[in-house]
Amino acid sequence: MRLNSYSRREPNLSNSHKFFFLLLACALPLALLAALASGPVKLDLWQAITSGWHSDNSDAVILWQLRLPRAALALLVGAALGMGGAAMQGMLRNPLAEPALLGVSSGAALAAILLLYYGAVSGEVALPLLAILGALLAVGSVWLLAGRGASATRLVLAGVAINAFLSALMALALNYAPSMFAMQEIVFWLLGSLANRGWDQVLLALPFMLVGAVMLVLSRNYLRALSLGESTAASLGFSGRRYPLLVLFGIAFAVGSSVAVAGTIGFIGLVVPHLMRPLVGQDPGRLLWASALAGALLLLLADILVLNTVGVQELRIGAVTAFIGAPFFFWLIVSGRREMSL
Amino acid sequence: MSEFQPMALHGKNLSLTRNRRKVLENIDCSFQAGELTAVIGPNGAGKSSLLSCLAGVLLPTAGSLALDDRTITGVSAAERARLIAYLPQQEMPAWSMAAQDLVALGLLPWGRSLDRSRRGARVAAALNQVDAFHFAARPVTQLSGGELRRVQLARLLVANTPVLIADEPGTALDIRHQLQLMQTFRQQADAGKTVILALHDLSLAARYCDRILLLQDGGLRAEGTAETVLTPQLVGAVYGIHSEFRWRNGRPEFIAGDLI
Repeated sequence: MRLNSYSRREPNLSNSHKFFFLLLACALPLALLAALASGPVKLDLWQAITSGWHSDNSDAVILWQLRLPRAALALLVGAALGMGGAAMQGMLRNPLAEPALLGVSSGAALAAILLLYYGAVSGEVALPLLAILGALLAVGSVWLLAGRGASATRLVLAGVAINAFLSALMALALNYAPSMFAMQEIVFWLLGSLANRGWDQVLLALPFMLVGAVMLVLSRNYLRALSLGESTAASLGFSGRRYPLLVLFGIAFAVGSSVAVAGTIGFIGLVVPHLMRPLVGQDPGRLLWASALAGALLLLLADILVLNTVGVQELRIGAVTAFIGAPFFFWLIVSGRREMSL
Repeated sequence: MSEFQPMALHGKNLSLTRNRRKVLENIDCSFQAGELTAVIGPNGAGKSSLLSCLAGVLLPTAGSLALDDRTITGVSAAERARLIAYLPQQEMPAWSMAAQDLVALGLLPWGRSLDRSRRGARVAAALNQVDAFHFAARPVTQLSGGELRRVQLARLLVANTPVLIADEPGTALDIRHQLQLMQTFRQQADAGKTVILALHDLSLAARYCDRILLLQDGGLRAEGTAETVLTPQLVGAVYGIHSEFRWRNGRPEFIAGDLI
């Protein structure tokens, strides 16, 4: 009898958790509608939707060519950042880890800055591709620096070192910016934004994000085993370089392509996995999906806030997420100190 | 997977160098199915290193390992994980998952080949084996050190692998649960499993184990039954203590004395 009562509640999610997921899944289309309705021009949403993709109606053009790609990009970038953060925390066994920690974001950002600095922005395509390359280079050098079979501590140290180096290079690039205009462009880009993005950016980022997501999903059991430490993970069959590399490349693809099309948007990768972890029974595998879903929702909500803020300058979405993220960080430290767990 | 194939584990000329220090030197050892073996020795003798090598977690710098007559290099990591279960000396869970979810991680090498109800039944059985069923749903951060150790032992046992390797499994356990633990390992060995334990408690080793490997400074100093290994001369030379080995009511007893 004990066995039966046990297996019924084993390893599934409890009902209240399922309810949360249902809520999350319902919130996404609602938020999408709200995002499509938000903007400087008031639209007849229903008419714009029904008149279709090819319509010349100005409302329809605004909806299909401006607002929908922007919302889609918010969803994609949020999902990629959320999943990347979940993977990073799982891999480093550390709830404070973020893709920025291993230099993934900085690498992508620096590559983009150098391109802007040299003024070689001839093709729109060059920027994202170079940012992904920058993310890969950064994550690759972290990996080489940490060495074979690196422990999480050594990996974090390597990440800090690479990050410091990239920040120095970034400061140098800002210092010698050729004009005030270039400097302004660089700073705005670093703040992160979804403004003036179209289907081109969506289509450019999507394949790389998908490749990254597939890599991360394939490594879910490694992340699960890793929650018991590196030796136990090795004894459970996850030994060697293959799995850590899979995670690192997955993060580089997902986060690098996000940075490429939307600039650096912080804290999504930190906050979202944290909020989702209790809802998935602390399972690092299920956390990947949950964080992708919640990251998409959170970034879309942040963008709705941006769209509805009236001002001379557009509010940058990176600033919004930082405003959400920084107090969260404080709360994390305070609650961690109370529980003596961090 | 409920049925397991008995399997012997052989180490030949195992050597391990870490940070230019020789941790293990030319160790030849064999572990037969149905045998409960204790690896003993003072701190730093190489017990944990030997167990890690046997479990395939550390790659020996020289020497070879074989499962029955297959060398370990011919066995994939995934297959090895289905044959050998290993519990390191320290294993801190990174996330505060429920005890039963931690135990279920021991079934990862089987992936989807197990359905949910069978997985649940196995996890429940393993938790019962170590008397941890009543806190199955508690988060592991809310368990005491001994309770957590029992949950980890359930994780070791859950997969029913033919080879079990545990590094000081009794750490943090009270005396009752230590005895219960040794009985569990004894039963596992009697059922045909190959069980290898690193132990500090020589009286437990004498009482429950078929064979003892005594390590000193990375080398194999002695090997055999408790009676042949736990002699006052050997124990004195390796540990620097006086001791006594005797039979009482047909049961071997090791008693530690004063320092030499």
